[in-house]
Amino acid sequence: MAAYDFNSEMSSIVLDRKDNVATLLRDVKAGENITYTFEGKLQTLMVKSDIRFGHKVALYPIPKGERILKYGESIGAATEFIDRGEHVHVHNIEGIRGRGDARIQKEVKNS
Amino acid sequence: MTIIKGYKRPDGSVGIRNHVLLMPTVICSNQVVNRIGQQVSGTVAIPHQHGCSQVGKDKERTHQVLVGMGKNPNVGAVLIISLGCEVMNAEQIRNEIMETGKPVIWLDIQDEGGTIKTIQKGIEAAKELVKQVQDVPRVDIELSELIVGVKCGGSDATSGLCSNPALGKASDLLVSENGTIVMGETTEIIGAEHILAEKAVSAEVHHKLFDCIRNFEKEIDRMGVDMRGGNPSPGNIEGGLSTIEEKSLGCISKAGSSSLKGVVEYAEPIKGKGFYFMDSPGNDIECVSGMAAAGVHLVCFTTGVGTPTGNPIIPVIKITGNERTAKRMEDNIDIDTSAVLQGKETLEQAGERIFDEIVSVASGSLTKAEVLGHQEFSINRIGISL
Repeated sequence: MAAYDFNSEMSSIVLDRKDNVATLLRDVKAGENITYTFEGKLQTLMVKSDIRFGHKVALYPIPKGERILKYGESIGAATEFIDRGEHVHVHNIEGIRGRGDARIQKEVKNS
Repeated sequence: MTIIKGYKRPDGSVGIRNHVLLMPTVICSNQVVNRIGQQVSGTVAIPHQHGCSQVGKDKERTHQVLVGMGKNPNVGAVLIISLGCEVMNAEQIRNEIMETGKPVIWLDIQDEGGTIKTIQKGIEAAKELVKQVQDVPRVDIELSELIVGVKCGGSDATSGLCSNPALGKASDLLVSENGTIVMGETTEIIGAEHILAEKAVSAEVHHKLFDCIRNFEKEIDRMGVDMRGGNPSPGNIEGGLSTIEEKSLGCISKAGSSSLKGVVEYAEPIKGKGFYFMDSPGNDIECVSGMAAAGVHLVCFTTGVGTPTGNPIIPVIKITGNERTAKRMEDNIDIDTSAVLQGKETLEQAGERIFDEIVSVASGSLTKAEVLGHQEFSINRIGISL
């Protein structure tokens, strides 16, 4: 996990250079430009919906099925296409682990 | 070398609190225990749901938690109240706690002839025990004696961003003074176990950690459910955590950067120094209770959305990284690390504040959970009720 610095000027933070999401450090409104630093450079991104403090926003377009990376590690996979600036949460990503329901779905499919 | 003020026990162990523990061996003794506790100040009670209709490992687990609570050096004396026909063996529990040399009294409701007589005799016994422990002085003790549990509950995105990594810095300071750190919550390392396992001191410890995860995931598979909604909980999800992997990756930083010395079972005594992992559920109360039974002296507990969790015998220091929670739930929060998110404090500085609080609480300062009387206790079960 890479080191990162917090800065009161920034409205979001990217925790690792591999990440495809940023975490918001304050509530933001649809259409608002948020700021973060990436490899030492100031970046801006327009968010597509109201997103609350602590929630995630997509930094790039993410195809369905692609891994979501935070802390430089996989936190799950996209269940649909997620556009740059979209809210990334339980409505469009799923966990890969702790999925006992996957076994049941497979059994139903095979029966 | 940091010095704390604690209590020396007859077996050489040291405690940071001096409680008289009132212990029901079975749910049927809860009312008697509660009444005795109401009458005699200086006592703490651990009513619970178990102690009967249990077999095998499940029965052993309840036994071990009860014995462990009695043996914890934060406890100066114990009053055991049994019913008489339960699965728990009260005599054996008493004998095992007595190995520590602390005073233990055992009363049996059926032997005493019912509720009123046992309460009467129990009040006398508890009063005697309080008198016996009240004169034990606080003496200088090296911080290296301290075993600190690290736990998170009611997590949100700030837990992984600042309160857990700040606690990790405090954990490193403790281990650098030859102290001991225990992290639990098997559920909440799922998806981050590869990072934790890299820290294992041996292949055996590495395998043991993966075994814990495998066994847990087997249970989830048997149940045929998605963990999400149970863990991460609705509150975690509200706070921005989308999956168990995301939560876990934010969780593990609270143990700091030390090597992982060993993996112990739920409520298993910690015998070495350094960083240990305890195979436990993520459930706050079950995990903290398991730590108390393992001999942990105090718990540092990070929270995002805010929780009041305490424990009957070990202080629980509440730490948040969420500024709103720190203000809204000021009653319950001991340390606010949210300045880190604003770039006004470094993680190291926040970690030092947590470390100072640990030293202060270990020497007798009360946590907010202690002041407000939060004494939640529950025993993890692994079997069915017969």
